[in-house]
Amino acid sequence: MTKSSSKIDSKNVKIDVHYLTRVEGHGNIVVDVKEGKLTKCEFQVIESPRFFESMLVGRYIWEAQHITSRICGICACGHSLASIKAGEDALGIKPSEETIMLRKLLLYTEQLDSHILHIYILVAPDLLGVKSIMPLVKTHRPVIDMAIRMKRMGDYAGEVLAGRHIHPISYVIGGLTQLPASENLEKLYKMMLDCRKDGEETVKIIKKLKFPEFQRPTQYMSLTSEEEYAFYDGDLTVNNGKKTKVSDYKKLFTETVLDYSRAKIAKINGKPYAVGALSRFNNNYDKLHKKAKAVAAELDLKAPCHNPYLNTAAQLVEWVHCLEESIVIMEKILKNGLDEKKIVVSSWPKRSEIDKIKYKPNTGVGCVEVPRGSLFHEYTIDDTAHITAANCVIPTNQNMGNLEEDMRKLVPELLGKKTQEAITLDLEMLARAYDPCISCATHLLDVKFI
Amino acid sequence: MKKLAKPKVAFFDFTDCEGCQLQFANMGQTLLEIAGLVDIVNFREIMSEDGQDYDIAFIEGAISKDADVVRIKKIREKAKVIISLGACAATGGVNGMKNRSPLEVAKERVYGDKAHTINTIKAMPVHEVVKVDYFINGCPVYIPEVLAVIKCVVMGKPYVVPNYPVCAECKMNENVCRYEKDEECMGPVTRAGCNSWCVNNGNRCYGCRGLVDNPAADSQKDILSKYGLKLEDILNHFTLYNDSMGEKYDQEFK
Repeated sequence: MTKSSSKIDSKNVKIDVHYLTRVEGHGNIVVDVKEGKLTKCEFQVIESPRFFESMLVGRYIWEAQHITSRICGICACGHSLASIKAGEDALGIKPSEETIMLRKLLLYTEQLDSHILHIYILVAPDLLGVKSIMPLVKTHRPVIDMAIRMKRMGDYAGEVLAGRHIHPISYVIGGLTQLPASENLEKLYKMMLDCRKDGEETVKIIKKLKFPEFQRPTQYMSLTSEEEYAFYDGDLTVNNGKKTKVSDYKKLFTETVLDYSRAKIAKINGKPYAVGALSRFNNNYDKLHKKAKAVAAELDLKAPCHNPYLNTAAQLVEWVHCLEESIVIMEKILKNGLDEKKIVVSSWPKRSEIDKIKYKPNTGVGCVEVPRGSLFHEYTIDDTAHITAANCVIPTNQNMGNLEEDMRKLVPELLGKKTQEAITLDLEMLARAYDPCISCATHLLDVKFI
Repeated sequence: MKKLAKPKVAFFDFTDCEGCQLQFANMGQTLLEIAGLVDIVNFREIMSEDGQDYDIAFIEGAISKDADVVRIKKIREKAKVIISLGACAATGGVNGMKNRSPLEVAKERVYGDKAHTINTIKAMPVHEVVKVDYFINGCPVYIPEVLAVIKCVVMGKPYVVPNYPVCAECKMNENVCRYEKDEECMGPVTRAGCNSWCVNNGNRCYGCRGLVDNPAADSQKDILSKYGLKLEDILNHFTLYNDSMGEKYDQEFK
């Protein structure tokens, strides 16, 4: 529901996008310009509060993965992995290299899945001037079929590796509950190879689309690593500056609940910051696969890039990177096989032993890069391995303040040049470019439902 | 129930992760085929079109704030058929765990000194507020079952969620019983229909499809006690997805 007018008025603009569409979760955009002065500029989160941190209290640490993957349907694998890492950190468990390799593969394939969903289903309709993918089924059928094929590959990867992509089953603390079937791995590998040409085709399509021009340098935070373009492991880095250990994340940024009833907002040095594909691209450019670098060059995307609309282009660059890295891992697996002894574990300790063990009361932190940015889970356990406190920091919460800063700079730039209707679309596209996943953001406040 | 010709379909989400809607999006070509049989008029996650005229409403998510109650009642007035899509809508899902602590405690844990600004009520499945015509259980929904329900809806036939335990399917799949592996499992009391998805993948059943009508909770309690579980653990297992039964078990088990 968009209330807007189609005349240009440089002094008074009132925008109220109620229930922003084609994002994951519920959000409103509210902008009010009175006599040329921006009096209100908010991205309101209206998703119902979820209370995951409260639900976890009193649960065994081995349940955390199962429960927290339910925070988000898109990043269920990422939530699982952040949760598993936090659980292992608290319990002092070190998984095998083979397990870590399979986790990276799952994480890469989740980026493949989510980025394609965002590029084709959520963003492309704006750039093609339609309201959803549905009209494109008639006008652009081959492209839609290709998008579905690419999406299917990412989704199938979740099925093969973890039993299913939405709320994965077999990835648990310590390893996997069973190995992926080798015939399915071979099928997945072939699908990945086939997707290479779909990727090339997608680059051609995205290259032709016109993203709005807008520049605002900000603090870009992501994991970085000496070894690779960091998704699974690394240190927290802002604009290639000082590195912070993941376990010290609370020293790097602060989260506050705002008075005007909405999501918690995170800040570094008192200022908003951005996470997600563009931040990772800006901080990790050197570690990109050479094919992904070539795609960045073709899309004219250079690090550091300060146009938030180009987060979508950065997602495509990452898609190419993750596909190539996944193919490398798949080839290794298909060549060497998987060693059950090093990977397969039970999802829980044996019942006859669980109560006899004295666990060390401890706090563990886990961080991974999910499609929308750095995701943190932190759990404190007691000597019976029950959770006594939990905290989850979600990428969308971290981006919220940055998105509002962008809106505050963008609206005055457009005043007097564009109609209210056009400004509204630009703001919607800006919010969508961040790929907000609002149902993920568990720290949510309630805004009056109109 | 009357057969609907090219029905108009809308999707609405409440308190959830949107994963069950995504299961729809993940059907890919099958979704396009379904889109040929029905007219999708409202699917906010993937469409900007905002159709307010619909016959069938898929409801995802639990009811967990005052505004949700108002909104679902409005949807009920318009829709000829309401389908609870997924565990959150059908049983309350994981949201029900919130109800295990007093709401004030839950709010304080997450929002600290700003807790007073939060509006939240007990998390409830949709049918606790309005009449529901079809249920698709599970977290997430199992696509073969989704298709079976859609067929029933367009043909105007009822659909009955299996009322026998997951164990029946699990045995057919020749899985080794989790109890044999010195673990516990909710399979014996959980409604089948997922083809024992989690056990097939080496994990245990967590009860996401809701409990069978006669879960023989006492015998499950006996089994679980035999394997050395404390009352608190047993209740935790029962209420991970089934808080609507929580009070009942609190009574029965204490």
